[in-house]
Amino acid sequence: MRLLTHNMLSSNIKGVTNGFPLRIEVEKVVEKQVEINHDFLMNIFPKIDWKAFFDASRVMGYVELPEEAPEPSVLESDLEFLRKFHHALLELHLEEGALVCPETGRKFPVNKGIPNMLLHEDEV
Amino acid sequence: MKLKQLESLLGGLQQFSNPKVELEQYPTGPHIASGLLYTAENSFDDISNKVVADFGCGCGTLGAAAALLGAEQVIGIDIDSQSLEIASMNAEDLELEIDFIQCDISNLGWRGQIVDTVVMNPPFGTRKKGADMDFLFVALKVASQAVYSLHKTSTRDHVKRAALRDLNASSAEVLCELRFDVPQLYKFHKKKEVDIAVDLWRFVPKRSRGKDI
Repeated sequence: MRLLTHNMLSSNIKGVTNGFPLRIEVEKVVEKQVEINHDFLMNIFPKIDWKAFFDASRVMGYVELPEEAPEPSVLESDLEFLRKFHHALLELHLEEGALVCPETGRKFPVNKGIPNMLLHEDEV
Repeated sequence: MKLKQLESLLGGLQQFSNPKVELEQYPTGPHIASGLLYTAENSFDDISNKVVADFGCGCGTLGAAAALLGAEQVIGIDIDSQSLEIASMNAEDLELEIDFIQCDISNLGWRGQIVDTVVMNPPFGTRKKGADMDFLFVALKVASQAVYSLHKTSTRDHVKRAALRDLNASSAEVLCELRFDVPQLYKFHKKKEVDIAVDLWRFVPKRSRGKDI
């Protein structure tokens, strides 16, 4: 599971007001290179919840992202930032670990890169 | 990529080894899958460089087709772990990066409308009544640009009415009518093969600001 997906996924347990973002527990991270797509990155950038993304990247072991999201215009000129953004968003995979509901602490296991978000009967 | 090449690659994918009838698991054939994605990309520009989600992905045929046609990020969601295992293998075989999530679509927790396009071949609702509309409900909340979906032609009027009136669609268009060939997968299937008339729909969601589900 990549951080772009993590930036969209939230806990939907009954009674939870805000299940986003899910906390990440890492057991295994894998890095896989993919080709960088500048247009895509510039389109997606304003949609990203930066705080959640920043926190997640650090848990995944990547410390290069700035804590504050830069101005969108930076993406057009700063190739270095673009590469870091690309790397954290699309090249880091959580292979083994868990996603944790921020309100209930309930753990959703991640195995072979696939989070299991199935709810128990009493959570629906 | 040419349509024929896409169809051929999809034809090599592994399908359900032990399909579960209660989930209405039927493979989406390579002909329909390639046609659906090809239309989405070439007529509407809904696939390449976009974030695409495949709801009820099963063995991942539609998601794989999206990735092959240049989707930047593909997310496959299904309730069944065995299907997701097969889908993972299929993605690996074709060297595609697809994120899979195991989840019941009606319980999906999702932030915003970052996904551009949803593609799906949802259960028709023969086992769990209204399953097809459950899928459409969630798809129209998640997608920001378009939803492509297959529904039985016999439900056409109902689907259109529900989509426009209740499910937040600003438009609902049948792109074409197809024959979905259902092979003799289950014990209760008497015939060797049966054709079901199916509509390929394109829905456009109403834009909403910062909506979470």
